[in-house]
Amino acid sequence: MKADSQFSKEMFQKATQEDRNAEKIRRPSIKYWPDVWRRLKQNKLAMTGLIIIVLMGIMSVIGIYINGFDYRQQDYSLINIHPNSIHWFGTDDLGRDLFTRTWFGARYSLLIGILAAAIDFLIGVLYGGIAGMATRKVDAIMMRIAEVIYSIPYMLIVILLSVVFSTQGSGTSLFVLILAMSLTGWVPMAILVRGQVLQLKESEYSLASESLGATKGWILLKHIIPNTLGPILVNVTLTIPRAIFAEATLSFLGLGIQPPKASLGSLANEGLAGLPVGNAYQVLIPALFISLIMFAFNVLGDGLRDALDPRLRK
Amino acid sequence: MSKKLLVLMSLLLVVAIVITGCSTPKPEETPSETPTKGKKILRTNNSSEPGSLDPALAQGTHESWVLENTFEGLMKYDADGKVIPGMAESYKLSEDNLTYTFKIRQDAIWSDGNPVTAHDFEFSWKRALDPNLGAFYAFQLYYIKGAEEYNSTLKPGTYPDPEDDTKTITNPIEPSELEGLDTNGKSEEEINEMVYQKRLAAALENLKIKALDDYTLEVTLVTPTGYFPDLTAFYTYFPVSKTVVEANPEWAKEPETHVSNGPFKLVSWEHNATIDLEKSETYYDTASIKLDGIHFDIIEDENTAWQKYEGGEYDILATLPQAVAAQMAQEKNPELTIGAQVGTYYYNLNNEIKPFTNVKVRKGLAMTLDRQTIVEKIAQGGQIAATGVVPLGLVDETGKEYRETVGSLLDYNVEEGKKLFEEGLQEEGMTIEDFNNSNFVILYNTLEAHKKIAQAAQEMWRSALGINLGLENVEFQVKLDREKAGDFTISRAGWNGDYSDPMTMLDLWWSGSSFNDANYNNPEYDRLILETKATADQTVRFNNMRAAEKILMEDMPVVPIYFYTQPYAVKPNVTGIHKLPLFYPTLAYADIQ
Amino acid sequence: MKKYLLKRLGMSLVTLWAVVTITFILMHSVPGNPFAQEGKMPKAVYDNLQAKYGLDKPYTEQYAIYLKNLLKGDFGDSMKSRVETVNDMIERGFPVSARLGLQALVIALCFGPALGALAALYQNKIPDYISMIIAIIGISVPSFIMGTILIQFLARNVGWLPIAGWGTWQHTLLPSFAMALMPMATMARLMRSSMLEVLGQDYIKTAKSKGITKPAVILKHAVRNAILPVISILGTTISNLIVGSFVIEKIFGIPGLGRFFVQSIYNRDYTLIMGTTIFYAAILIIMLLLVDIAYMLIDPRIKLTKEGR
Repeated sequence: MKADSQFSKEMFQKATQEDRNAEKIRRPSIKYWPDVWRRLKQNKLAMTGLIIIVLMGIMSVIGIYINGFDYRQQDYSLINIHPNSIHWFGTDDLGRDLFTRTWFGARYSLLIGILAAAIDFLIGVLYGGIAGMATRKVDAIMMRIAEVIYSIPYMLIVILLSVVFSTQGSGTSLFVLILAMSLTGWVPMAILVRGQVLQLKESEYSLASESLGATKGWILLKHIIPNTLGPILVNVTLTIPRAIFAEATLSFLGLGIQPPKASLGSLANEGLAGLPVGNAYQVLIPALFISLIMFAFNVLGDGLRDALDPRLRK
Repeated sequence: MSKKLLVLMSLLLVVAIVITGCSTPKPEETPSETPTKGKKILRTNNSSEPGSLDPALAQGTHESWVLENTFEGLMKYDADGKVIPGMAESYKLSEDNLTYTFKIRQDAIWSDGNPVTAHDFEFSWKRALDPNLGAFYAFQLYYIKGAEEYNSTLKPGTYPDPEDDTKTITNPIEPSELEGLDTNGKSEEEINEMVYQKRLAAALENLKIKALDDYTLEVTLVTPTGYFPDLTAFYTYFPVSKTVVEANPEWAKEPETHVSNGPFKLVSWEHNATIDLEKSETYYDTASIKLDGIHFDIIEDENTAWQKYEGGEYDILATLPQAVAAQMAQEKNPELTIGAQVGTYYYNLNNEIKPFTNVKVRKGLAMTLDRQTIVEKIAQGGQIAATGVVPLGLVDETGKEYRETVGSLLDYNVEEGKKLFEEGLQEEGMTIEDFNNSNFVILYNTLEAHKKIAQAAQEMWRSALGINLGLENVEFQVKLDREKAGDFTISRAGWNGDYSDPMTMLDLWWSGSSFNDANYNNPEYDRLILETKATADQTVRFNNMRAAEKILMEDMPVVPIYFYTQPYAVKPNVTGIHKLPLFYPTLAYADIQ
Repeated sequence: MKKYLLKRLGMSLVTLWAVVTITFILMHSVPGNPFAQEGKMPKAVYDNLQAKYGLDKPYTEQYAIYLKNLLKGDFGDSMKSRVETVNDMIERGFPVSARLGLQALVIALCFGPALGALAALYQNKIPDYISMIIAIIGISVPSFIMGTILIQFLARNVGWLPIAGWGTWQHTLLPSFAMALMPMATMARLMRSSMLEVLGQDYIKTAKSKGITKPAVILKHAVRNAILPVISILGTTISNLIVGSFVIEKIFGIPGLGRFFVQSIYNRDYTLIMGTTIFYAAILIIMLLLVDIAYMLIDPRIKLTKEGR
């Protein structure tokens, strides 16, 4: 890598273990997470987001037991009832209680959103990071592979996976859904991370660390990623709604969650039919909850970014 | 701001524009609202892009709705829904009920000004049957003697087995077929082709469609078929102009070269966007056509189409969103018509999987399904709870409604059904628990309406029988694949009749039918069906069909749910639109006040 | 640079070949068939159709024939439409989709980064919150709901714009807007966060301390350094926008290319699946190449070519 430079190899001395340690113990890492948490707590907006997420999580577990209806119990005498004191969110076109169904749906949507985002994050950051740090050749090959993966029609993959992994009656399982989404979903994240790495690996602190003998992996994990956590976190929070909608679109095409189970996306999709006939609440309530989840993750993501920002650490 | 950055951003944009093929989108030449001033243009939506506007290649309502206004067959339906002569002036039937002789009317003219002749019909029907055309609905012509044989002519050679890719199928050449062919120095492929051409020519020779002169067409059928004249009003039987098609095989692709013989002619076709028809001046009966033209949008989304109808952009809308149809029906909206349809919505039971092998289990399931509630509360489009497999809208030999003379063959009786179901399970050595542990599912393809009914059926069976059935929502093609492979327990199905005879439904379940996904097999039923097909005696036919339907509903291989209807909306200022059971609403006789 | 471009071009061909091959295998592994239909189609008719489209040949032969035609630029006949070839469909549908996509892109590019930059400059103040709210609405209402709501309220109830269809520029407004929301919101969020990173950097502080007035600092240094993440996502975003969206085109009745991506798979229209996939892959490859070039233009420290070192 340095062969072209006017400095010869002999002019440099390999850093000793001591130097490396000097770099490591610069700041005791034990204090890092409590510190982040302390600063996060001070951010009121982020805490609101966190509380909303925790509440949604709790409600998605217990919410379906609160008003005494079953998520699949149909009552044909109570079809399309607008929200009232018994059915707090109204009923759908099969007379099912939408309050219960909404929380049932929130369970799946949160699960899909968070898992898909987590997988995209892990693969995307790792892949993009490695490509960015690697030699030009490896980088080029890795990015071309990503191109191929991103170009293949992912509906085909979903259909195939759901056929391959379908045991009698399962249809498209949660596992298949998340697998299919993650199969191509990480590519934009990888491209983003690679771009950031390409830029930051030329920054002063990376060069400094490199000259101190740090390995590429060390620089990536300890210097570059922390410095680009902002865009990464933002992209992760944006992956959550994308996954929720991808699932909704798949349900729309017959490849999503199997009814009578529901997700917020599929509830919104079903509720759409109510829009022209004056039952807008059927689509607005799930849409509102998706927005709420989004709001919560966005402000939490922002707060986390601030809390993790190495420059703000004092 | 740094100049470079600005340059870069614009560069990205410019490149994106350049990539778009340097082709700016077509100038706005065809505004979607055709000028209607002074002209009576009926506006509506054809919900998907026709795959072709060549009648031989059409395969569904998205094509036929346009074709029925642009072409006309030997017979046609009049404004009251009666079959009357169209391109034919009259026809004669031979003593043996097999040979029809149609007299073509002398004033029938193509839209390019040439006369419609018997030769056009002969050419069109033979063309539709040509295996190389690959016409989807060719089998609609199989009533004609020699038609199936001609359409099934195979090219010699070796092919991969469609059922199993690792195997091959060989279609050999009989030594006698090589007689008279000069095969010296020819490659195998060339010989195969020569034999194929010979086979085609021989089959064509035996195809009994013949123009005796310019205005006389003679057709011989395989078996007496009383409704054959009705069939000639079906789109696969529509004629195409021999001279036009022979001169330009691509004739049907562009409005400029499209030639038809019906009340309207094609004037514009923006793919996936709009189709415009204009009154044809060459049509023999222009007097009874009041419209100056018909404008079709091609919009797939039902809700969007409904918004356009509501917004006054359509005069008639034939595909209503379910929720809208339900609401209109409830409000008794005068714009809504519940059109009759010949079709049945049903569930296949896999007759080869235990315990569905047991007739009591099948009947138990059928008896505990509350069809009335399904049509009233769930389907809500004016559908009629099924009382058998043969729907309403078909008449028997005495001219009475077939369904009414047969009466109801299906009961709703939870107690009796539960008893039967449990007895049946016991006979199969199963308990409810065993049943529930078998992970049986209702398989359906993705559509909101199917989903709702499947959920309701699941719930009804759960509460009536205490059984847990899963739901499995799969993509349409996957469902077809699994049905053909027998990889299902209960699956949603539906069938819309092709012709006005109960046979259009009953034909589905004889053991050799390709749509017998339930794998029903009853020799007595088969016998009745085959016998019915072979006779022209209407009394015998109908008695057989009634007996067959009764046997079918005793065995219950499928669970009928409802008879289809087609709700559609028409603006109050539009008159003359009506719906025949086998067709989409008829537009040709409409008038706008 | 020339050498780099040539190299990339060569690699693109390999990439395209990989896409063709994988898609070909995938699509033939998925159950179904272009001519499968509910109903009583006789075997003869089915066989005739298979033969007409060459599906009666072994897969290897079909693959070879397809590649051969592809080299000639021929995507083949659609198996569902007897009127248009796959080339026709792309040629007709793409300009429509691309126009909508470009309009959406312009909307997103005009407002997205600007909203984000504004939010960063006024972190935790009113403009930040406004930008956040706009972004959240943009992200959290899926386009199929947004499209339907826009039609219902802006077109049906108020009557400002045509309900759906294609023809005049007014027809393009609602769908472009509905398509623009998600990328706009994404850009705004990304821009905000990377702006905050940059604003915390020492060189900005140095510039400030040198007495440079605030707007000049921002424009000269911050935006340029912060735009990188936005550029990164532009590659996939532009590709996805200009080939069209299935949902938007369906809801707004637009005769574009986007619908074919889903329809072709639903119909198992093999040639159309291949055609749309290859076309999309080609656009994606070009866009990602442009993104790489953009990196080097924006930040001279980023080196992807040999000459760089």
